[in-house]
Amino acid sequence: MIEQNLCLLLVVIPLIAAPVTAMLPAGRTPWFFTLTITWLCFVLSIWQLTIVLDGSTISYELGGWAPPWGIEYHIDALNAFVTLIVSGIAAITLPYALRTVENEIQRRDTSLFYAVFLLCFVGLLGIAQTGDVFNLFVFLEISSLSSYVLIGMGQRRRALTAAYQYLIMGSIGATFLLIGIGLIYAETGTLNMQDLHQRLQPILDHRTVHTGFIFLVVGIALKLALFPLHLWLPNAYKYAPSAISVFLSATATKVAVYVMLRIVFTVFSIDFLKITSTEFIFLMLGAFGVLVASTGAIFHYDIKRILAYSSIAQVSYMVLGMGFASTLGVTATVVHMFNHALMKGALFMAAGAIVLRIGSSKFENIYGIGRQMPWTFAAIFIAGLSLIGIPGTAGFISKWYFMLAALEQQAWLIALVILFGSLLSVVYMWKIFEALFFHRPTNTSPPVSEAPLSLLLPMWTLVLANIYFGINTDLTVSVAETAVRLLGITAYHE
Amino acid sequence: MKHNLVLRFITKYLFPVIALFALYVQFHGDYGPGGGFQAGVILSVAFILYAMVFGMESMEKVLPLGLLRTLASTGVLIYAATGVTTLLMGGNFLDYDILSQLPIQGQHIGIMIIELGVGITVSAVMLIIFYAFTDRRNYD
Repeated sequence: MIEQNLCLLLVVIPLIAAPVTAMLPAGRTPWFFTLTITWLCFVLSIWQLTIVLDGSTISYELGGWAPPWGIEYHIDALNAFVTLIVSGIAAITLPYALRTVENEIQRRDTSLFYAVFLLCFVGLLGIAQTGDVFNLFVFLEISSLSSYVLIGMGQRRRALTAAYQYLIMGSIGATFLLIGIGLIYAETGTLNMQDLHQRLQPILDHRTVHTGFIFLVVGIALKLALFPLHLWLPNAYKYAPSAISVFLSATATKVAVYVMLRIVFTVFSIDFLKITSTEFIFLMLGAFGVLVASTGAIFHYDIKRILAYSSIAQVSYMVLGMGFASTLGVTATVVHMFNHALMKGALFMAAGAIVLRIGSSKFENIYGIGRQMPWTFAAIFIAGLSLIGIPGTAGFISKWYFMLAALEQQAWLIALVILFGSLLSVVYMWKIFEALFFHRPTNTSPPVSEAPLSLLLPMWTLVLANIYFGINTDLTVSVAETAVRLLGITAYHE
Repeated sequence: MKHNLVLRFITKYLFPVIALFALYVQFHGDYGPGGGFQAGVILSVAFILYAMVFGMESMEKVLPLGLLRTLASTGVLIYAATGVTTLLMGGNFLDYDILSQLPIQGQHIGIMIIELGVGITVSAVMLIIFYAFTDRRNYD
């Protein structure tokens, strides 16, 4: 019985858990409850992935209404993979959250904090699970609204400004998405993704369809912080509570990339992408995004802000991969979704550990801290190498696939951009290494101790995962290849 | 508004009427316009009127903020629990057909319970928002 309702339980369990958490007494109880739920979902998502790994799909009818009339959950390898990323990161963030949340959130707010966290979790899982575009919009709003709240709960008052900025941009994005869904619904009369695909094929030249597509792409681009719509992101990640920076940076933009893949390739089609030369726009925006965001990261003197800019650059790589519109390119995108979650999760965890001990992530306050917190520094170092793309780390695998995809199409300029982007990431990561380790400590600050074990363990789990998935690529690449095949993407040919 | 006798008198008599109308909208939602969302808003209007005339202190005696938070969560739980019940009875999530021998009767029962959950949550959340705007003490 559990197996046949598996894809539904992944959404319903945290959905029920959220109001329950809100009623629990403040303190550690809500934390422990949330921890149990996220790990349960993690196990279920692994189970789900093993079912669809062979390229099969699961279809679930909500309320017993058959698709295309009712809401359908349609799970293939890509859905299951994104669900695994979201629930895995949530499960690893929760042990980390205990100490940082006690430090940053007032005790009386803890039960509400974890309830909102679970709502955000539900939203992201729901986006990944559903096969209905309007249902997707609803889940997108659930996750967005709750992430505004979570960001606004940051310690500084500026967290409120950051959340407000995100709220305005996010709402504009959601509105665009809704208008786009409305337009294609007006043309086809259906909301089911598979059904939309069927019905859109004969009318791909209609102007309403084109307009709807533009609205959808712009709306999602706002959500995934694609250059030049990325300005909400740095402040949102900088001022959010540490655990939320970890969770959102590792999942939210990745889920938005997934939505882009779904809408572009499943609802529309790769042919439509080529007819409208959207692939060229993706390539250009991706390339500019990599260069602009990486350069932007160099000129900041704050770990969390540098990492946030680096996130924008990494998301741009994923869009770049979609722009290749080939098996290799999109495989690179899907692999990088996973790998980036690993490295950015580890890096934001380390930044959060420094904030816990120092109370700031600005360079002027943390010079030479790396010597006093060796394990945290080592985590930043290894995850940083992975971000740069050194062989033997997960980051190398995704960079390798991006390069292969570029070389396959003889896109020399893009290949150069990818290399130059890596070079820029060496520069900004080196700035962090230098500030943390080589710079003379500021005399005024008293020495600090290493981060507590509850922070180090999740951090190092992710760091080791970076190394493991850099050597053993069976899981990531095989899942990505199955997913890409099911998206209907073919290999590149002249 | 201690001296405004007319207002106080009318509010006392309007309150049950508004509440009754909310219940009508709630349970007539199957056949006519209405449902949990509208009913929840109307019910919360009755309480807001009460609070405006008699003051927040007497309002808090009737409905403390903690109770409202519990109610808001309970409504969602009623909704989700209906879905889980249909799951446990062997159907799909929120498949009301199996709630009764007759599928149509099952649909009635299902939508009724779910709308009740929606109504409770909406009215509680409306009042929480009202509290947040009027009562600054709890929200420094």
